[in-house]
Parts: sequence; structure tokens; C-alpha cells
Amino acid sequence: MIRYIILRLIYTIVVIFGVSILVFIVTHVIGNPVNTMLPLQATDAERMALTHELGLDKPILIQLWDFLQSIIRLDFGNSWWQQVPALGIVLKRIPATLVLVVSAFALALVIALLLGILAAYKPGTLIDRLITNLSLVGICFPPFWVALMLILFFSVQMGWFYTSGYGTLKHAVLPVLTLSFIPAAHLVQIIRSSVAEQLNSQYITTARAKGVKEIVILFNHALKNAANAIATMFGFDFGRYLAGEAAAVEVVFGWPGIGTLIVDTIGKQDFPLLQAEVFTVALVICIINLITDISYGFFDPTIKY
Amino acid sequence: MREKEISNYSNYKECGKKEESSKQINLYKRILFRFKGNGIALIAFIILIFIMFISFTAPLIAPYDPAKSDIMQRLKPPTLTSPLKGGFPHFLGTDQQGRDVLTRLMYGGRVSMGVAFTVVLISGLIGITIGIISGYYGGWVDLFLMRLVDISSSFPGLLIALTFVMVLGPSQVNLTLALLMVGWMVHARMARSQVLTVRETTMVEACRTIGCSKPRIFVTHIFPNILSPMITIYVLEMAHMIMAEANMSFLGYGIQPPASSWGLMIGDGRQYITNAWWLVVFPGIAIAMTVLCLSIIGNWIKDEFNPIKSDREY
Repeated sequence: MIRYIILRLIYTIVVIFGVSILVFIVTHVIGNPVNTMLPLQATDAERMALTHELGLDKPILIQLWDFLQSIIRLDFGNSWWQQVPALGIVLKRIPATLVLVVSAFALALVIALLLGILAAYKPGTLIDRLITNLSLVGICFPPFWVALMLILFFSVQMGWFYTSGYGTLKHAVLPVLTLSFIPAAHLVQIIRSSVAEQLNSQYITTARAKGVKEIVILFNHALKNAANAIATMFGFDFGRYLAGEAAAVEVVFGWPGIGTLIVDTIGKQDFPLLQAEVFTVALVICIINLITDISYGFFDPTIKY
Repeated sequence: MREKEISNYSNYKECGKKEESSKQINLYKRILFRFKGNGIALIAFIILIFIMFISFTAPLIAPYDPAKSDIMQRLKPPTLTSPLKGGFPHFLGTDQQGRDVLTRLMYGGRVSMGVAFTVVLISGLIGITIGIISGYYGGWVDLFLMRLVDISSSFPGLLIALTFVMVLGPSQVNLTLALLMVGWMVHARMARSQVLTVRETTMVEACRTIGCSKPRIFVTHIFPNILSPMITIYVLEMAHMIMAEANMSFLGYGIQPPASSWGLMIGDGRQYITNAWWLVVFPGIAIAMTVLCLSIIGNWIKDEFNPIKSDREY
């Protein structure tokens, strides 16, 4: 177990370096930030001065070496946009996204467990078809559009919640609802198919023959054995959403999370900030993946590391 | 043989069928089931063809100019009556510059589906090539390529695409390039897994024995055999790419005005949402309809051409 975790941590480090170098190559070899940072009528001398100031006139390998050292020191330099250390800006945005994504996924999991198990328990019935089709349709709506529709209905028509902002529960209801939509649909599908598969197997028939209560069969037997598939889906979606996949929704609600920051960074062409974001995002995803993998052993004791 | 039948049967049961003991009822229900599946897929197919037709013939049938603004007609709600100076009624209303929403929806579909189709076509070719090489040769080539795919596919596609657009500057071509960078991996992984099974068949072994060249094996023997699962991925990825395009354009880093795309229309209409709901509602429905039709067709192809299920009728 310990050996497995250590191996995975080494893998994580490789991934983070790999992704960071990839982003470095893309940003430093293909693009030139000086052109976008200065106005069009800037003179050559001004361009040279800025290039020198940003350290972009050094040979590319020296820049890469400096950059790799900066990852190890966890110091990505000052953001060009805000003139403060870049990593600090990114870390400050994490709590907002964390609150949003954790509550959205908690809601999604509760909904998906109820609907998914219900559908799996009565396969082929009207209720199963309804739930399955609903989850198929649910994935087809763009989340940012759902966000706008919810605003239109609950904030503009009803006036129940705030249209945007961050702070109170009234601000959080609509973003959480929007973000829980797609994970819930994914989870319903995976819970339905994996629980139904378990319910078809022979140990369930044995349990029924022994007279075990249906509720125990569903939750203790079927659900626990289906948990690995569910955990895989959950971990995958959770990591992506924490890593800014939900940027458009955060932008719609003016939520000060990682997603909004990424969109702003792209607009400002802020390389150090982007590097810090990529580092954080890669780290978060690796940690979530590690937790998901370890959780397999918890659900299924036959898995050994 | 018997065991195979049983496993087919239980597979079949998963599709939401009740267990029936009589074989004849079974056959009847199977045909009905297949027909029913076809029915929904057929409707989805017809709707999709309709949306595509309207989008691609937009310059011929659109009632207005998509880029010409008319300030007198701005933010008019959907109506069936013609505007005062005559002309086609604004069925879906007008936007903040007085442009007809229906017209822009048609032109937007052209762009949205054009981008998605280009991305899927090219990334599919790249993905299949990489997948075949990776799956057939194995070894360190495979290890390297698949680790690359693993790393980048656990990474949010949006961030990769945004990084590319940030460096290259937002435009339709660059958006297509950025989505290509994100899109090829799904195809590569799927193609590789298919090649791994096809590679071991006696057919390919026979080809090797009689001395077929590697390109010949790849193109005439492996490629046709992995094609049908790849088509499923093509259709589903198309839906995925329409979503991704909408997302990028919505954030302002995709299609640039005055061109229109469904995502961009939602993004532009967002600030007028309190008094002009039609700017946002209709493009969203267009996206959802297209994506829904594509995923229904994709799932139908997956079931219909699944080699395990295809021998269910004999």
C-alpha cells in the first residue's frame, strides 16, 4: 500500500513536470506575449525593453531551466497582470471553487443514488425508462445555458435568489444546482447499469433465498459491489470540475473561483499565472485520481496494492 | 454454444426487457424492441438531417442578412406579423442590433457544425493512425503514446484549448486547431483497444504469414475491421465538439463577431437576458437538439453494430 502510494506520487511528479513543460513549449515557442501586452503603435525599443524585462530574450533552454527550477521552488514569479506572486492568486481562488464543487457533487450523488437505484431495481418499467431518458437528455444541455435559464426563472421571474455574486447561501443555490446537473446525469447512468448488473448476479439470488431484506440487498450487497464503477465516474468528474471545467458556469454567476480566474488569465495573456494554474490543476487532478484508486481497495477488499 | 446463448440473453435483458420463457414471444419482442429502437433513432436522424440542411443552405434560404444591423428593429420579441416596412416576420425575434435571430441561428449552425465536423474528421484520422501504430507495434512506442494520452485526457480539455487560443489568438481556424489538440486522444485510445483485439485474429496472422506488407495489413485488413466501433465514437465526439465549441465561443475565445455561432449567440445575449429571453433560449435549444440527436444516433449505432448483439437473431 505504502509502496503503491509512493509510486503514484512519483508518477504525479512526472505528470506535473510533463504538463508544465508542454505548456511552457506552447506558450514560449509558438506565442509572443510582448505583441499582445503592448499597444500596436509601440516602438521597437519599447518591445525590446519589455522582452528584456520579462526575460524572454534569453536562450529558450535557459528559460526552460529557470522555469523548471521555479516549479521546484513553487515560485512562478509575479503575475504580469496583478504584480503579485502568481501561486498566491491561484490558491486564494481554491476555497470558492471547492465549496461550489463539493456541494454540487454531494447534491448530485444523493439525487443519482436515489434515481439510479430506483431505475436499476425495476428495469424495463416506465419509471426506469423515464429516469434513463431524463439522464440522456440532461447531458445535452450546455451548463452555461442551464445557468442562464435558472437565472431567468428563479432570479428574474421569481426573485428568490441572487443572479450573481458570492458569499451567502442565496448566492450559492443556483450555481450548485447548475453544476450538479451533468454529474448527476452521468452518475445515474453508471449507477443504473452497474447496480442492475449486480442485481442480476447469483449472490443476490442467494441472498434473496435466505430472506435478506430488499433494502439490505440493495445497499449492502448490490451498491457496495457496484461502488468501484461509481467511484471511477465520480472521481473523474470531480477532478475535472475542480480543475476549472465549469469555468463558463462560474463566469455566468460571477463566482470568484478557479474557472473565472482561468478565463481572466487567458484574456490578460498572463504566462506566470497560467503556469501556476496549470501546476495547481495538475496537482489537484493527480490527488483526486490517487484518492479514487485507493478507494477501490476500500470498496473491494480483494484488490491489493 | 449454450453458454454463449445465455450470455447473449442476459446481455439482452439489460436493455430493459422482462424475462420471457416462451421462445416465440421472445422473438416477437425482440423484433418489436429493434423496431422501437429504430423508431427513436429514425426521428433523431430526420431532425438532425433537417438541422444540417437548414444550416448548410443558410445563404439560400435565410430571410435576412446575418450581419446587417437595423437599429429600428432592435430587441423585438418573437412575432408572426411582418415588420412595418414589409418582409419576412421575425419568428424568433431580433437581437440587440436588430438582426434576425432565426437567420443568425441558421448561420450559427453552419459554423458550429462546420467546426465540429472538421475537428472530428481530422482528429479521427490522426487518432486512428496513432491508435493503429500504437496498438500494432506495442512496446515502448505504445507505452509512450498511451502515457501521453493518459496524461492529457485526465486534464480538462477546456484548459488545453484555452491555452492554445491564448497563444494563437481567437479565430475560427485557431479554435479548430485548439479543439484538435483536445480531440484526437479519444480516437487514439479507442482505435488502439480495437487494434489489440483485431491484431490477434487468425486473419491478420494469415496475412503476416503470406507476407503482406505492414501498410497493407493496416489499411486493407485492420482498418475496415475497427471502423464500426470508430463510427460510434465519431458521432458521439461530434456532439462533444459542438458542446466544446459552444463553451469556447460563449467565453469569447472561439468564433468572433460579426460571424455567429450558437455559443456566441448565448454569450452575446447574456446581458440582455432580463428583457430579451429569446436571444438566449433559442440557441440553447438548437445546441441541445443537435447534441441529443447525435447521442441517440450514436447509441443506436453502438447497439446495432455491436458484434456481441448482432448475432442475437438467427
